Amino acid sequence: MSRVAHGSRRLLIGVALLYLAVFLLLPFAIVFGEAFAHGVATYVAALTDPAARSAIVLTLTVAAIAVPLNLVFGVAAAWAIARHDFRGKSALVTLIDLPFAVSPVISGLIYVLVFGANGWFGSWLAEHDVRVIFAVPGIVLATIFVTFPFVARELIPLMQLQGRDEEETALSLGASGWQVFRRVTLPNIRWGLLYGVLLCNARAMGEFGAVSVVSGHVRGLTNTMPLHVEILYNEYNPTAAFAVASLLALLALVTLAARAMLEAREPDLRHATRAVQVAQATSP
Amino acid sequence: MRSAPLVRTLVLLLAAWACASPAVAGQTVTLLNVSYDPTREFYDEFNAAFAADWKRRTGDTVVVNQSHGGSGKQARAIIDGLQADVATLALGYDIDALASIGHLIPADWQKRLPSNSTPYTSTIVFLVRAGNPKGIRDWGDLVKPGVAVITPNPKTSGGARWNYLAAWAWARSQPGGTDATAEAYVKALYAHVPVLDSGARGATMTFVERGLGDVLLAWENEAQLAVRELGVGKFQVVAPSQSILAEPPVTVVDKLADHHGTRKVAEAYLGYLYSPQGQELAARHYFRPRDAAARAKYASQFPEVKLVTIDQAFGGWTKAQAAHFADGGSFDRIYGVR
Repeated sequence: MSRVAHGSRRLLIGVALLYLAVFLLLPFAIVFGEAFAHGVATYVAALTDPAARSAIVLTLTVAAIAVPLNLVFGVAAAWAIARHDFRGKSALVTLIDLPFAVSPVISGLIYVLVFGANGWFGSWLAEHDVRVIFAVPGIVLATIFVTFPFVARELIPLMQLQGRDEEETALSLGASGWQVFRRVTLPNIRWGLLYGVLLCNARAMGEFGAVSVVSGHVRGLTNTMPLHVEILYNEYNPTAAFAVASLLALLALVTLAARAMLEAREPDLRHATRAVQVAQATSP
Repeated sequence: MRSAPLVRTLVLLLAAWACASPAVAGQTVTLLNVSYDPTREFYDEFNAAFAADWKRRTGDTVVVNQSHGGSGKQARAIIDGLQADVATLALGYDIDALASIGHLIPADWQKRLPSNSTPYTSTIVFLVRAGNPKGIRDWGDLVKPGVAVITPNPKTSGGARWNYLAAWAWARSQPGGTDATAEAYVKALYAHVPVLDSGARGATMTFVERGLGDVLLAWENEAQLAVRELGVGKFQVVAPSQSILAEPPVTVVDKLADHHGTRKVAEAYLGYLYSPQGQELAARHYFRPRDAAARAKYASQFPEVKLVTIDQAFGGWTKAQAAHFADGGSFDRIYGVR
């Protein structure tokens, strides 16, 4: 009996590992293999090409704007939802989840419909020579939209789990609201916050669908790294495409490593994350 | 409240970025050429040549930015606000949309430049695997048992519409051919298509990189480029007995170019397409030049094919679009009840 159980456990582990190898590790290895297929010099040349450089700069810029904004929003929303009761709270929670539920292509089209030449604000924007769609602001807006839930989603369950006892104690001892936030709340949530920011950043840099709709694909101006990868591949330049893709893959590796470090430092976070997963799995 | 200065800075930054990128900064002029998929390599080279010529003639620096994608999608983007100074698309119908829907250019735009505003033409040919293992020589061979044909979706791809009409025109020109026999042939043809990509370049990638299909219906320039880029000896081009004269036209996008103050350089840019240098570059990238000298020089790469025009065979793009690709057109009949 136990030998059977032992055997089936091995089998399951084997299947899981095989699955991981085929669907995760193999593509990863191929990205790096193809990127260096023609040597390091070609790899470096592909990344220092002006169009690639501008794509990298644009991607970093977009993330540098979208992530801090969603950080501020995420903390504010999590604070409001976890610490206060108000009408429409569940509606707000649902709204925060909306970008996860909507296809990124639709997220992009929304902005085209609002800010495009024939959209609601199109003629006003054209008169004032402000470009939103097919320019950097549109890319930033679309990125903010799709990365909107990450920080809030990470913090809400964490803050709910921790409860408000410590903060109420601080308040009763005469601390101001800002002091409570900085001295009590922030230290409690910092690792969860950092984790949310990491995920938010990874998605902001990697987003394809929504950005593709609003980008206009002007080489050297409105191509982010994921869009540039597609263009290079379509131009019979797979080595350069994989070189740029390898940067995105590295970003994923760094994100994973940082996550592992965070969890090692802060076992609470892992518990919280797990509690969140259980809560999400069991909620209707 | 602490974050207010931060937010304000970011908003200012965003606004500054939105207003930056004016057309003229000092002596540098920026043009945006919005084009379709298979012209990337040609315009890369052409833009550099034009910039050098313009610098020599006027002393100004011109930077031409490029945007490429499916022709219909690109027209849509210009209508939605992509700031194109010139549009170089796959077919007149897509540029017509800039006039009829976008009101960005006059309705008679195609009369403004020589040869129907089409400085170079192309046609539809077959790309097959080396040695032509399935023995594909003409349109009739495409519907033989066991032949898989790759062509993109005519709803979204300009090239695919040319493919479709070329097939239709061939079938109708056969002995006893009528619209009914042509529809039956095209229906049989699409039963041999395992996957419909959204654009010409995507279809090429499906055929050459993913290894799907026995024959790719492609722009002549796209097919020749694939042969050159991916190594002679892996693929070969087969010219059918009859094909269609594809005219991918060009135009200045009047309203946007005037707004940017770039009309003069935009017109010179398109004019340069008709110059001996422009024609030579087009020929080198496997577009059939209008210029006789360039045509003669590169004669060997353009096989003699009997070419019908869209006006002769279908009475123009508007009619062809309505009869075949609009909702309820022949393509819907064929593909819906496959």
